[in-house]
Amino acid sequence: MTLPAISVRNLVKRFGQTPVLQDIDLDIPEGKVSCLIGPSGSGKSTLLRCLAFLEEATEGMITVNGEALGFFENARGERERLPSTQIRAVRAQIGMVFQQFNLWPHMTALGNVSEALKTVHKVPRKEAEERAMAQLKKVGLENRAGHYPAQLSGGQQQRVAIARALALSPKIMLFDEPTSALDPELTGEVLTVMRDLAADGMTMVVVSHEIGFAATIGHQISFLDQGRLVLTGAPADVFAKPRHPRLEQFLDTYLDRGASMLA
Amino acid sequence: MSFKLFNLLVQASVWTIGISAISIGLGFLIALGLSAALLSGKAFYRRPAQFFISFFRGVPLLVQLLLIYNLLPFIGLNVPSIVAAIIGMSLCTAAYQAENLRGGFKSVPRGLIEAADMVGFTPSQLFLRIKVPIALRLTFPALVNEAIMILKSSSLVSVVGIVEITRMAQDLASSTYMPIEIFSSAALIYLVICWSVALAGRYGERALPGVAK
Repeated sequence: MTLPAISVRNLVKRFGQTPVLQDIDLDIPEGKVSCLIGPSGSGKSTLLRCLAFLEEATEGMITVNGEALGFFENARGERERLPSTQIRAVRAQIGMVFQQFNLWPHMTALGNVSEALKTVHKVPRKEAEERAMAQLKKVGLENRAGHYPAQLSGGQQQRVAIARALALSPKIMLFDEPTSALDPELTGEVLTVMRDLAADGMTMVVVSHEIGFAATIGHQISFLDQGRLVLTGAPADVFAKPRHPRLEQFLDTYLDRGASMLA
Repeated sequence: MSFKLFNLLVQASVWTIGISAISIGLGFLIALGLSAALLSGKAFYRRPAQFFISFFRGVPLLVQLLLIYNLLPFIGLNVPSIVAAIIGMSLCTAAYQAENLRGGFKSVPRGLIEAADMVGFTPSQLFLRIKVPIALRLTFPALVNEAIMILKSSSLVSVVGIVEITRMAQDLASSTYMPIEIFSSAALIYLVICWSVALAGRYGERALPGVAK
């Protein structure tokens, strides 16, 4: 059995006294698309943000390709925070795509995609821009390279954001509700890019309300409710009837939002 | 009023513009450091910055200038009065600009910082490449405002012996007995300078990278 790309053990996340994630155990298989679904407030986005170390888990361990992310267990068995240089090194394997795109507004599309190559990885300007251009081509935006985010549609901005993450050749891509901020007619172009990426064998973790996407592209579905992982499995098993009662209830509310094919 | 008198006022405006421009620039650099200190989690950096700002915002610029002008020789620094004037104006505008910048830095959207964290920026790369440009965009109109305030406040440096527009106008008024004409001319020159700065500011704001046209 191959090592999981990400492994989560006994993860607990509390905001103050409020528990948002409890006893999460999850393996993200390499080269597959894993989807996190669940109602609002179920903790799915928080879990994804823990995988990116944008949120620090209160308890538990996360390993990325065998390397501890953020915290490790020291010789005395205590949980200890890693130095920030090491956190950056492990994080370098992970690319993140946000709901609100989060493109830097003072840089062009090409600037956004080439920035980290130039600033962080010290790639010469010309080479960095060539590599950035190749990524923009991949998401079909080579003719928008000189545009600023304010001059792009939401769908185009999100595709630039995907190109920005891909430019650093991550081993794992995390998507936090990548289409939730888009008009319905713009979600298609983003989902197409994600489908291509999945077909290339990228390890992906996707938090999404697009149940249809999860069911057709996902290899592993995890359903969260009230901070707990209710079930994880292949889509055929998770969506097969009879379903878990809480999942059934959740899917009912999405019947008119693209999940009708599963009813 | 003769052209010669008007020309003397215009020549004096070089001092007004020069001192103001240098003070705004120096003040901005000091303000960057101050605002970073203000946002620091460590009281060791935050407290002195807070003290500095409350002093320079709480004491009239006229008093600051007189204090610095007299204090520097007292501690053994014999500097020309122009240096005392620039130091006083820079420190004063730095206090105001630091508060503007602090607001700008706090308004940088969290997501833009997270995006930079995810691609591996170090804290200093994040500051220079993302936070400063965005905070500058957000505070640009306030910065133009501050530049105009400083231009007008520069009339106060006449007390330390700099012959800028206001001092020149006073000298000319007392020697020619034409105060109305001379002070009207001085007012006109100030108006033209400040109006130009406002116009340049409006143009500059639109020319900032990434601002929707």
